[in-house]
Amino acid sequence: MATQQSRSLAKLMNAPAVLMLLLWMLVPLCMTIYFSFLDYRPLRGVYEWADGFENYSRFLSSSSFTSSVMVTLIMVGGILAITVIGGVFLAMLLDQPIWGQGIVRILVIAPFFVMPTVSALVWKNMFMNPVNGLFAYIWKFFGAQPVDWLSQAPLFSIIWIVSWQWLPFATLILLTAFQSLDSEQLEAAEIDGANSVSRFFYIALPHLSRAITVVILIQTIFLLSIFAEIFVTTNGAFGTRSLTYLVYQRVLESQNIGLGSAGGIIAVILANIVALFLMRAVGKNLDR
Amino acid sequence: MSRAITNRRKTITTIAAWTIGLLIFFPIMWTILTSFKTEAEAIADPPSLLLFEWTTENYGVVFERSNYAKFLWNSIIIAVGSTLVGLLIAIPSAWSMAFVPGRRTKDVLMWMLSTKMMPAVGVLYPIVILARNSGLFDTHFLLVLVLMLMNLPIIIWMLYTYFKEIPVDILEAARMDGANLKSELIYVLAPMALPGIASTMLLNIILAWNEAFWTLNLTTVDAAPLTAFIASYSSPEGLFYAKLSAASTMAIAPILIMGWFSQKQLVRGLTFGAVK
Repeated sequence: MATQQSRSLAKLMNAPAVLMLLLWMLVPLCMTIYFSFLDYRPLRGVYEWADGFENYSRFLSSSSFTSSVMVTLIMVGGILAITVIGGVFLAMLLDQPIWGQGIVRILVIAPFFVMPTVSALVWKNMFMNPVNGLFAYIWKFFGAQPVDWLSQAPLFSIIWIVSWQWLPFATLILLTAFQSLDSEQLEAAEIDGANSVSRFFYIALPHLSRAITVVILIQTIFLLSIFAEIFVTTNGAFGTRSLTYLVYQRVLESQNIGLGSAGGIIAVILANIVALFLMRAVGKNLDR
Repeated sequence: MSRAITNRRKTITTIAAWTIGLLIFFPIMWTILTSFKTEAEAIADPPSLLLFEWTTENYGVVFERSNYAKFLWNSIIIAVGSTLVGLLIAIPSAWSMAFVPGRRTKDVLMWMLSTKMMPAVGVLYPIVILARNSGLFDTHFLLVLVLMLMNLPIIIWMLYTYFKEIPVDILEAARMDGANLKSELIYVLAPMALPGIASTMLLNIILAWNEAFWTLNLTTVDAAPLTAFIASYSSPEGLFYAKLSAASTMAIAPILIMGWFSQKQLVRGLTFGAVK
């Protein structure tokens, strides 16, 4: 049993981490809250109290907020749909006995390790460019008019690029979950005459539900703050301005600190709603 | 089920898996291949997959022209530095929570995790202003500090899950045999904890290396790492496919290799132990 002495020692050992995280979380957040109640535009020399919740009501009622929320929802929803559905099938495939499984796994996991600016730039120039991109050659080869992906289908292009980066993550986690599936249960079902479709829907999918939830929640947290991919490809143009990007532009590009900070706080609140569900899923696991 | 059928099925799944695997990997392979082409061949119509004049001149050009070495050095300092400082703070913290759990330990762990959920953009301006006013903007120190704090919850959680697996009985046996805290740490705990610490380190170097919000917004020249260097290619005059590919290949190669070694730890580290 832990003695009194070891308890206070433990507290001392934990203190630096707790203190630093506390500061890291509280100080900037309080500053953002403070700024969000100011009319602060350094480029014009304006620095005064805003009228109550004016910044919040202006940010929330602006058309750019509504469209940015739509963009964010489409982006996150599209990426989640592609990565989760693709991930389930890919994990199922990789769970089968195949030759060279280790190498295939390595090939599939690789995009997750590519830095976001590299993958955005490579896709943008070498694949989606309407003149020299690989897609343009393929389109021309089949006699079709090459598509200028990032201006004609910008949102889809970004969803595509980010999905490519996150599909490995979903696959890897779902594969881990698949491997913990009891094979005897599947065999028993097979002997009882269940075909592969019903085996998938009645045994595999329920077993995966927990892992799928975790994948969705974690990806949502990360995807809500997609930045580099938009920064490099469209810079927020052509209707690809997500909430994160809108706040970034308000704060650092147009230097409307008060309005941008209000937007930042709104982004924090929205992210925390998602986080609440994730924490619950993780917390349950701690009890076991 | 006969053996022939199993083998046929295995062949089909093998072909399917390899096809999909190669398709997913293709953009990376294409980048690596293009980095060995001349600029003319990089945009040749039709593009050639392997039958081109292989050259390594792009790598030399990238190194000479763009001060690549400095960006690489900055990436290394920031990724390795933030990870090492993070470990220094996280190891005692995770150790204490794993071996001397109190009533609040679970709450503390969950709270630490919750700090990771805060969208960076919500604190962008305060961090930029604090950095500018303190003169730390665009310095290694600032980037190491910010990325360390950003990844600290993940480091602590990963270490915690590893430390939790070390049987407490062994520690108690050591204590019974009269081991003090120091020898307990050096002879009992360290050998069992090292693999976990090593994989935590690996995963966090990867995360810090690829981080592209703070590194883009808190650096300009002096401390800018490879993420910022590559982003600078997005301007139109930087449209040199072969050189872009060479720069990209060098930026991702070390992390790809490290990543392949740490795939198993990835699941644990990024799901906070929720999927095993």
